[in-house]
Amino acid sequence: MALLDVEDLSVTFRQRGKRTVRAVDGVSFSVDAGEVVGLVGESGCGKSVTSLALMGLLPRQPGIAVEGRADFDGTDLLRVDRRTMRDIRGRDVAMIFQDPLSSLNPVIPIGRQVTEVLARHRGLSGDAARKEAAELLDRVGIPDPNRRLKEYPHQLSGGMRQRALIAIAVACRPRLLIADEPTTALDVTIQAQILELLKDLVRDSGTALVMITHDLGVVAGMCDTVNVLYAGRVVETARRKPLFAEPRHPYTVGLLGSIPRLDAGRGERLSPIRGSVRDVLPWADGCAFAPRCDRQVDACLGQPPQLALTHTDRTYRCVNPVPPAGSPAPASPTAAEPAAEGIVPAQATAAEDAPAAVEDAPAPAEDAPAPVAERATPPAPREEESA
Amino acid sequence: MTDVEESGATGQSGNLVEVRDLKVHFPITRGVLFDRVVGHVKAVDGVDLTIPRGKTYGLVGESGCGKSTLGRALLQLTPPTGGQVNFDGVELTKLPPNRLRSMRRRMQMIFQDPMSSLDPRQNVESILVEGLQAHGIGADRTARRDIITKTLDAVGLPKWALSRYPHEFSGGQRQRIGIARALVLGPELIVADEPVSALDVSIQAQVVNLLDELQDELGLTYLVIAHDLAVVRHISDVVGVMYLGALVEEAPSDRLYREPLHPYTRALMSAVPVPDPEVEDRRERILLAGDLPSPANPPAGCRFHTRCPWAQPTRCADERPVLRQIGESRVACHWAEQINSGEIRPHKVTAQIVRPEDEGETPGVVSAPSEPGSFV
Repeated sequence: MALLDVEDLSVTFRQRGKRTVRAVDGVSFSVDAGEVVGLVGESGCGKSVTSLALMGLLPRQPGIAVEGRADFDGTDLLRVDRRTMRDIRGRDVAMIFQDPLSSLNPVIPIGRQVTEVLARHRGLSGDAARKEAAELLDRVGIPDPNRRLKEYPHQLSGGMRQRALIAIAVACRPRLLIADEPTTALDVTIQAQILELLKDLVRDSGTALVMITHDLGVVAGMCDTVNVLYAGRVVETARRKPLFAEPRHPYTVGLLGSIPRLDAGRGERLSPIRGSVRDVLPWADGCAFAPRCDRQVDACLGQPPQLALTHTDRTYRCVNPVPPAGSPAPASPTAAEPAAEGIVPAQATAAEDAPAAVEDAPAPAEDAPAPVAERATPPAPREEESA
Repeated sequence: MTDVEESGATGQSGNLVEVRDLKVHFPITRGVLFDRVVGHVKAVDGVDLTIPRGKTYGLVGESGCGKSTLGRALLQLTPPTGGQVNFDGVELTKLPPNRLRSMRRRMQMIFQDPMSSLDPRQNVESILVEGLQAHGIGADRTARRDIITKTLDAVGLPKWALSRYPHEFSGGQRQRIGIARALVLGPELIVADEPVSALDVSIQAQVVNLLDELQDELGLTYLVIAHDLAVVRHISDVVGVMYLGALVEEAPSDRLYREPLHPYTRALMSAVPVPDPEVEDRRERILLAGDLPSPANPPAGCRFHTRCPWAQPTRCADERPVLRQIGESRVACHWAEQINSGEIRPHKVTAQIVRPEDEGETPGVVSAPSEPGSFV
């Protein structure tokens, strides 16, 4: 039983006179205690809306419909009343936002923003709260914490602000932490500090962490399980190493091929995904990625692709996946692994069954940074120029 | 507008741009009636760099290191406080305004945020034609239109884009418009300030490839300024790493990753996440303590010594290192050889408190000099 089980989460925004937007479209994933789960995708893929829905931070108003289930230790986060949610939020589930300056209150000293949480959830006040707050700031690596408590957010540097925000989030030792692009606003050296801090917190306290990011590099260094989102749906779920070693969904392959790598040789052309996120197909009409996909076949259109579960306990939503690197040339893509690779309904796919066993899934040679598509046996048409 | 064919001693060397000891200091003023100058933010403080014709020079550094100011000062968009910028044999810093204006045709800029650098009320044709008119390129409307359609084609935009407005395009397409605007004048040098950082990764790659292709076709020279080391390293021939207004290391791009010599470069390289778990797990990470010191009050001696895990008791704190040639690289570190050979071991550094704004108790106002909005 996972700590958080999100099943079929959908968020729909309706506005009069405008097109209905289904920002999150049946997302399912689960998080175990002490596990770091990544939600990766580009802007507009629904990763932030997912986190807001889980935290109950989407405005409760007609026009915004949240469906599905998010089972957190027996409580459905999407169904609890506001009072209970206020108790849970900050105590059991906490969130770290992207931009620390706009998520801290500029006219209240840092100290009071930390003690506020301690007072609300742990009943601490006065000196006890201040002492605890100073310890928290110290724990997240803010030098001279007692002085910092009296200061305002603008007096802190970006990295320090993010640390303060993390201190607030971990003040009540939450069991689940949701970090929405926690390092995007920061410089790389500061990003490295913050990521290291988050890793330490997870390791020391057993907190589960949902890491929402667009940066596959951050994912590679941190997450145990990765969910790749596209147009509101999870298109691929895998353990960290298999995902990077053998991405199966063409979108994942495309993302990996788009990133210039620090350790790659000079002059290697990137292989970008053509088109832009605007060129999506509604999922009801087929695969949303089909208009940008190089491996598009007739079966992509017409009906939404189901999540497929492979024997290595990974799932992807594609009818014509990129074949794994080591596999013998398959006659047809769907017949690649007939025994193990059945098309199963989305609900039945569970990523938490045997996560440990996946770690020793076949990894490619270390000197092969290129995406799998380039080594794959049936040559995929990947030589496109930028659209 | 008269002498478009501005050229000095053309092609005397293979270098298109030579920057010598460039300085840009912004005054910090205090007082209401009489602005008293109480100090200077040394955004760029003595930079030497050379960009060979047809090559790409990449400039990286964290926010506040002065890389954007350097790019602007190179184009004289921000007047330099001192130093020389030599563009194809012409000394730009001493050029009278009208001649500078005509020189601008040959050096163009691509900005970071395509939405805010394109006028939302101008359609694409009007955005592109503006520069042509200002520089008197193209005899008449049809001739200009011809140039514009060719440029659009080069950046991969359809013809119908001409009558559209910026908001009708996606982020990647907008950046293509920005590139087209720079290209339409047929420049030799393009300064690209964070050209892809506002874009999604899949789009980033398209734009990076486009810049690559355009360079191959048109023989452009680029100065690419970005905070993303992987992107800079990917497109550049030579990379310069900036820290607090000065270059700390300059090296051929593959050398920089294989063998970073300056401690800051090492830390920077180790901090960039690589999208490969195998690499991430094996990699040694050098975590820098604390934040970038304030450029208004930079540390004495080596500017990096307050955060440097290899800092030594001698020289580092009181003697400012100059760029020295070591192998193929130029490095501003007193101990680069010893650090590289492992003779000097890293030690722990405790974070120092750094104020995001001004140092100390005196609140000051940093006034940026007037920035010309348009530079066509």
